[in-house]
Amino acid sequence: MGLNWKAAIDSIPILNKAALLTLELTAGAVAIGLVIGLFMALARLSKNKLLRAGSIAYIDFFRGTPLLVQIFLVYFLVPKLLNWDTLPDNYQYIAGVLAMGLNSGAYIAEIFRAGIQSIDRGQSEAARSLGMTQGQSLRYVILPQAFKRVIPPLGNEFIALLKDSSLLSIIAIQELFYSAKIIAGRTYQPIPMYIAAALYYLVMTQLIAQWVAYMERRLGKNDLR
Amino acid sequence: MIFVKNLHKYFGKLEVLKGIDCHIREKEVVVVIGPSGSGKSTFLRCLNKLEEPTSGEIIVDGIPLNSEVNVNAIRREVGMVFQRFNLFPHMTAIQNIILAQEVVRKTSKAEARKIGLELLDKVGLSDKADEYPDRLSGGQQQRVAIARALAMKPKIMLFDETTSALDPEMVGEVLAVMKDLAREGMTMVVVTHEMGFAREVGDRVIFMDEGIIMEEGEPNEVFAHPKNPRTQAFLSKIL
Ligand SMILES: Nc1ncnc2c1ncn2[C@@H]1O[C@H](COP(=O)(O)OP(=O)(O)OP(=O)(O)O)[C@@H](O)[C@H]1O
Ligand SMILES: [Mg+2]
Repeated sequence: MGLNWKAAIDSIPILNKAALLTLELTAGAVAIGLVIGLFMALARLSKNKLLRAGSIAYIDFFRGTPLLVQIFLVYFLVPKLLNWDTLPDNYQYIAGVLAMGLNSGAYIAEIFRAGIQSIDRGQSEAARSLGMTQGQSLRYVILPQAFKRVIPPLGNEFIALLKDSSLLSIIAIQELFYSAKIIAGRTYQPIPMYIAAALYYLVMTQLIAQWVAYMERRLGKNDLR
Repeated sequence: MIFVKNLHKYFGKLEVLKGIDCHIREKEVVVVIGPSGSGKSTFLRCLNKLEEPTSGEIIVDGIPLNSEVNVNAIRREVGMVFQRFNLFPHMTAIQNIILAQEVVRKTSKAEARKIGLELLDKVGLSDKADEYPDRLSGGQQQRVAIARALAMKPKIMLFDETTSALDPEMVGEVLAVMKDLAREGMTMVVVTHEMGFAREVGDRVIFMDEGIIMEEGEPNEVFAHPKNPRTQAFLSKIL
């Protein structure tokens, strides 16, 4: 089995760029997902039936259908909804980040919900008994504590998101997997190229894991329970 | 100061309070005793609207606690201290005391801090201002919790078994703080098993069982000559 590693080594600059794009796509999706996730978690826990039902429908849809289908759906649906006749340049990036963000929003909502519910009821009762509104209690008492507890599952979600970003190759986003695939086809060296891509992913997921562990240590130091 | 009329509370089908009537006067210290599950906590929690009464009337400091009332306004006047302290673990002792002053009372940070330090001094913890709760003993945490409630300058303080979760050697330090408060004329409703406290500072003791007030009266009188057989049975077990 004669593997030719030259193609892989030569493509390092391209792979670096593609890996950077992968990180950017993931970061964009995480940002959208955190905002949606917090909102959906609060809606899910609210007393308002309509908000709760909406949140449950959202979460069920995005967790119960394949991300691949969601990517296509968003890709084709957004221009229709916005009545765009021509697609903007680089539209696929917008659609890709949006689809991933919407998807991760559903998972992050469940992570936040579990985090908020894990905080002892006595905490909100104490806050409320001091005259704080529900919003103040959430903001100053519940969320800061919940946030520490959700860091590990959030880290796992970020890692899953980074890996899933390879699906965006399907709408011709030149992220890491897409680039490796193109070069593999061009050079007839699929095995070295995919090993190289795998290593890039591994390094990135390890970096996220390290960062999460660091954050956990730093934020957790006042919460020994 | 507090009027309660025909208060009923259901949890689902379970009737926990079955018609409570009572009147608590300004500066009065009322001690509530009774067996586990008799509804003492539920009664107390109705007084600051942590629980919604199913029916009946409660008037606190002239404000009827109906559904339209601004609950936060009521809660500012009624401080509560819990069995399990419920300090905010991500904040130091002084931050615990400052928070609600700032966000609820809109006190300036400097002023809130000054009030906080005075209260910590009052409960004997001026050296612990910057400690996080997990570095404090149970008794110290509970004293911080009392200071936190007092910082809101409440007119009424509710205590729900504030010493039950404490190691025996720490009970005294918390009771001492509560006795000081009583002496200063705070209106207090205290659920406790500490009969010594009830005798010493209680103006009145209320015996609750199965969701109703079975007997009430002057503590020494009730303890020495309980009239109701249920009270007799309960007291014979704990005295
Ligand atoms: N949120 C709730 N939902 C359902 N049932 C409840 C709830 N809170 C209390 N109860 C029930 O109401 C009854 C009275 O409870 P409560 O806590 O008021 O009693 P208590 O006199 O304070 O008892 P203890 O001395 O054990 O604290 C109990 O049977 C309890 O199980
Ligand atoms: Mg109780």
